[in-house]
Amino acid sequence: MSLLSVENLQIRFRTGDGLVHAVNDVSFDIAEGQKLALVGESGSGKSQIALAIMGLLAKNAEVAGKVRFDGRDLLSLPASQLNALRAAQIALIFQDPMSSLNPYMTIERQLGEVVELHEGASRAEARKRALEVMEAVRIPDARNRLRAYPHEFSGGMRQRIVIAMALICRPRLILADEPTTALDVTVQAQIMALLDEIQRDLGTAVLLITHDLGVVAGFCDDTMVLYGGRVMEAAPTPAIFDAPGHPYTRGLLRAVPRITDGDVTLSAIPGSPPNQTAAPRACPFAPRCVDAIPACHEMLPDFREGRACIRPVEELT
Amino acid sequence: MSDPILSVKDMRVTFPVRRGQRFPWSPPRRLNAVNGVGFDLMPGRVLGIVGESGCGKSTLIRAVAGLGPHDSGTVTLDGQPIDYARRTDLQRLRRRMQMIFQDPMASLNPRMTIREIVAEPLVYFCPELNSRQRRHKVIEMLDRVGIAERNMNRFPHEFSGGQCQRIGIARALIARPQILLCDEPVSALDVSIQAQVINLLKELQAEMGLTLIFVAHDLGVVRHISDDILVMYMGGMMEMAPAGELVANPRHPYTQALLSAVPVPDPRVKQQPQILTGDLPSPMDLPQGCLFQSRCPKRIDACATVRPDLTDRQGRLVACLLEDETV
Repeated sequence: MSLLSVENLQIRFRTGDGLVHAVNDVSFDIAEGQKLALVGESGSGKSQIALAIMGLLAKNAEVAGKVRFDGRDLLSLPASQLNALRAAQIALIFQDPMSSLNPYMTIERQLGEVVELHEGASRAEARKRALEVMEAVRIPDARNRLRAYPHEFSGGMRQRIVIAMALICRPRLILADEPTTALDVTVQAQIMALLDEIQRDLGTAVLLITHDLGVVAGFCDDTMVLYGGRVMEAAPTPAIFDAPGHPYTRGLLRAVPRITDGDVTLSAIPGSPPNQTAAPRACPFAPRCVDAIPACHEMLPDFREGRACIRPVEELT
Repeated sequence: MSDPILSVKDMRVTFPVRRGQRFPWSPPRRLNAVNGVGFDLMPGRVLGIVGESGCGKSTLIRAVAGLGPHDSGTVTLDGQPIDYARRTDLQRLRRRMQMIFQDPMASLNPRMTIREIVAEPLVYFCPELNSRQRRHKVIEMLDRVGIAERNMNRFPHEFSGGQCQRIGIARALIARPQILLCDEPVSALDVSIQAQVINLLKELQAEMGLTLIFVAHDLGVVRHISDDILVMYMGGMMEMAPAGELVANPRHPYTQALLSAVPVPDPRVKQQPQILTGDLPSPMDLPQGCLFQSRCPKRIDACATVRPDLTDRQGRLVACLLEDETV
């Protein structure tokens, strides 16, 4: 049985410019211990999916569909029951480590608060757990740094603390929203290695949200590609990279500059990201797609065999 | 061999830091942002500068452009040194050298139409043009960067990030400078848009024979556009080499670690990134020896006391003591 099951998730925002269709008809499952990547560019709706799972969407959002965690529908759960699940069962790691830590609280208090709240631990017990988890994410000299404030740590160390906070109750699912985007590559390598090791040790399921195909390739079992709030393609990670079955995935892979290849022209995807204020009636990628045929602009492709494209794979360029 | 169009020698930039001062009247401490960087740039070449955040790469090119201060160092343009305190020198510099910035929206005046924005350099640098000729040039330039004429009376907020960066490029190039400084020009853009802008820059560079300095933290992007790559760490130069050689065979331990950490978009490649341990030195209190010593996996005792000079190793410049001994 899957741990998390998202069915026909739809997220719309009421804005001054009209209804914005941020996420349309997205479905996926995550099994215990599975690592799934949600890949997409800005505006593809990937972060909103994580926020919807946690019940943290902005007030002007309208949500439809089902999000089942361990059999319970999270979208209809009252706040009190949702609070009991947050951190204890599902934890969220944000992109910016500074703004997800409270600058007025010591690290020990911020970490300890989570176990006190969710497990009713005592102060002493909470401190012990905070120390354990700080050591687990390899913060040097952890015992002496428990009393430090977030600003006393570097960006990479802060992201370790945020990961420690997500892990302290041993959740079954971690949602990591661009966890390394704000970090330098050498620090990114450290953090991804740490996440990988922890995931292996604890068997936690991870939903990794990112725009960086390089990070996905090294970490995730399965990959789902989003564009304009819609799933374009979903497959095991090696298949996505070896035999991408959707024109958008192909275009994205070709557009990434790699250090290994020399002085070649990158194949850019022409055009601009879609305007999502109109209700989707056709493939959102059609206006930028090199393989588009007239029918692409007229009908929504069904999601079949891991891809949402009306043209057969063999006919794609 | 022709003469370099731009030559930078021993640039040093420090900033005063008031925080942590003992008494209000004690002199401020200095943060060492750039510690003696120099390079020669041949006309028509593309120099990429890479390094992690805080390594001083942006500070360096801002100082070269005269947009930021520097403590010492000389910048020579076409064989003539630039005196940044002299207005005529700055005018000469800006005529020849323009810049594009990281945040495409923030670098365009929100209250000017893009036609006004792109025409402005012509008003200063080509005063002989009348308004019809100016308009004609603006249309031509905007068309070249892929912005349609019918959109030119719009304001920056009506354009997407990628389009704003195109407008920034049009503004920088309309008065035909020879040198273009690019400060992280694509890091705020999505992958598919990023590729469009890189391709545009490469085309324009070839067409106009531009000399480019391209600063970025993304090695893949820099590799794609550069002829030579300069690697910076803590404000110092670690290595400089032709792009292909640097990527294929990095000589400095920092370059090696940096390259091994770049994620490869291929799941079959089992990457073994070199995980750097140790902390960065404080830029307020730099170590006596090598700047990279605290995180270097190949450190020897001498690294703590001797700051290695940038030395020529078969056509590439490396600042490492180990390199000295092995060669």
